[in-house]
Amino acid sequence: MPFDSSLLFQVTFWADLLRLIIPATGETLYMVAASTVFAYLLGLPLGIILVVTSPGHIMPNPWVERTLGTLVNILRSAPFIILLVALIPFTKSVVGTSIGTTAAIVPLVISAAPFVARVVESSLKEVPYGVIEAALSMGASPKQIIQKVLLPEAKASLILGVAITTISVIGYTAMAGTVGGGGLGDLAIQYGYSRFRTDIMIVTVVILVVIVQIIQSLGTALARKLTH
Amino acid sequence: MIQINQLVKKYSSRQGTIIAIDNVSLNILQGAIYGIIGLSGAGKSTLVRCLNLLEKPTSGQVVVAGQDLTKLSNRELRQARQNIGMIFQHFYLLQSRTVAENIAFPLEIAGVPKKEISIRVKELLHLVGLEDKSSAYPAQLSGGQKQRVGIARALATKPQVLLCDEATSALDPQTTLSILNLLRDINQKLGLTIVMITHEMKVVKEICTDVAVIHEARIVENGPVESVFIKPQSDIARQFISTVFPNELPADLLKELSTHRDSEIVRIQFLGSRASDPIITDLLRTCDVRANILYGSIDHLRSTLFGTLTLELLGNPAQLKEAHRYLASRELKVEVIQHAL
Ligand SMILES: Nc1ncnc2c1ncn2[C@@H]1O[C@H](COP(=O)(O)OP(=O)(O)OP(=O)(O)O)[C@@H](O)[C@H]1O
Ligand SMILES: [Mg+2]
Repeated sequence: MPFDSSLLFQVTFWADLLRLIIPATGETLYMVAASTVFAYLLGLPLGIILVVTSPGHIMPNPWVERTLGTLVNILRSAPFIILLVALIPFTKSVVGTSIGTTAAIVPLVISAAPFVARVVESSLKEVPYGVIEAALSMGASPKQIIQKVLLPEAKASLILGVAITTISVIGYTAMAGTVGGGGLGDLAIQYGYSRFRTDIMIVTVVILVVIVQIIQSLGTALARKLTH
Repeated sequence: MIQINQLVKKYSSRQGTIIAIDNVSLNILQGAIYGIIGLSGAGKSTLVRCLNLLEKPTSGQVVVAGQDLTKLSNRELRQARQNIGMIFQHFYLLQSRTVAENIAFPLEIAGVPKKEISIRVKELLHLVGLEDKSSAYPAQLSGGQKQRVGIARALATKPQVLLCDEATSALDPQTTLSILNLLRDINQKLGLTIVMITHEMKVVKEICTDVAVIHEARIVENGPVESVFIKPQSDIARQFISTVFPNELPADLLKELSTHRDSEIVRIQFLGSRASDPIITDLLRTCDVRANILYGSIDHLRSTLFGTLTLELLGNPAQLKEAHRYLASRELKVEVIQHAL
């Protein structure tokens, strides 16, 4: 009985591929999820402050608005790759190391948070000011307006913002991967680029495309469900 | 209920300073439906927004239910605002909440317990006739229904005052009437004081007890609706009145009539029970004049009748004088539009 070498080759090929791809995908998902969550923990309050302190809003404060706005702009204009390097000492002091997946989350958060602030700001600005005035006329406090008017009224738009942010964080994780952050980006560079494994390159790209598609579809569907 | 004393509101910008409210004083009594009418840009919205301090006056006092709002702290002002409901031309409902949840909103703000909220919301839905729409979202409602939700929401905390900024301007005439009727009912049932901002004299004619005419940031005249309609003091008031009671005669007709000898044109206005008296017959019987009816109208001013009659009276000077004496004795308002030759 002739030995089917091509079958064996295929089995080992796929086993080999999966051995690399599965953990890399896991790392990417971990980085994306953690970065997005922390970016929102910082960016959401920042976005809210940018809106409510803007002229003519519920707590106008030009000084706060301009200072935070400038900070956000500076962070957003710094190229990610530079931030990645510049933040190494800071990262070390926060997570104890500057290499690895967890360490990559620090620069990812620092670069995504100002982006989140702007995305949140633009969502909250879509709420017609008349609705806010109606709430003011009922005696609502600034805190109540934020909790009961701004955030719930902008919910659908905020969800779309989360999808946009997550997707752009995926792009950045690929970059973070190149400096030892792990994940699919790292894999694509190490095998696909440096070792000419075009197959690995293609598989990583396909997985990234699928992840992006899923997140966007989820975001759109959820936003539609929340729009009345 | 509301006293406005020497209110001034200025807006400063790079282009200069705009005086939107120029030294306005008004006294609005408990239970009144007080109309404030003016052309676009006259300052109506600014004035009404000063009444709950959505707009901070530059100077002057706004006293509502005995409290000078301009002297309150932020917390006290929020408390005071729960006693002043407001409805808007564009409704401004929360799109993410159902009708019932929208009505519950001011009660949540006021910290009313959940159980009480649901009872109160039911009452309000009944009051505005929207029981069947309680779980609909604003996007599924017509303009009139949205304004009903706005009214229910504004009344939720049982305020003593309701401010309406062009509350019917986005609605068709039929729906406007139904909303005005609802407001009148509420005014009577709850003894609520209502301030109605509008640019339509029709609204004033329909439900207001008092009216102030605002023009270029100033109140040019104010008083009970009947007296302003019968004896307008300003051109702007006359213009507004003519939009609901047109009484200008065509120019070519006036010209033709002016050639008649021993004839004058008078306009007679009458109010209330006078409107149902047989004036013309009595006039012709008592005085030896002849009359030619040029124009007549009769309509409601709120619930009282208000009529206008334009007549050409024919007779010699003595007879015409006699006719005037007779009309005056009947307490009718007579205006000579064109004197006898
Ligand atoms: N926030 C503002 N900043 C600067 N000027 C303002 C502001 N609000 C109103 N004005 C000016 O004040 C004047 C009165 O405006 P207001 O909105 O009170 O008029 P209005 O009588 O309500 O008119 P409309 O019937 O068109 O609503 C206008 O000249 C307007 O341009
Ligand atoms: Mg206005």
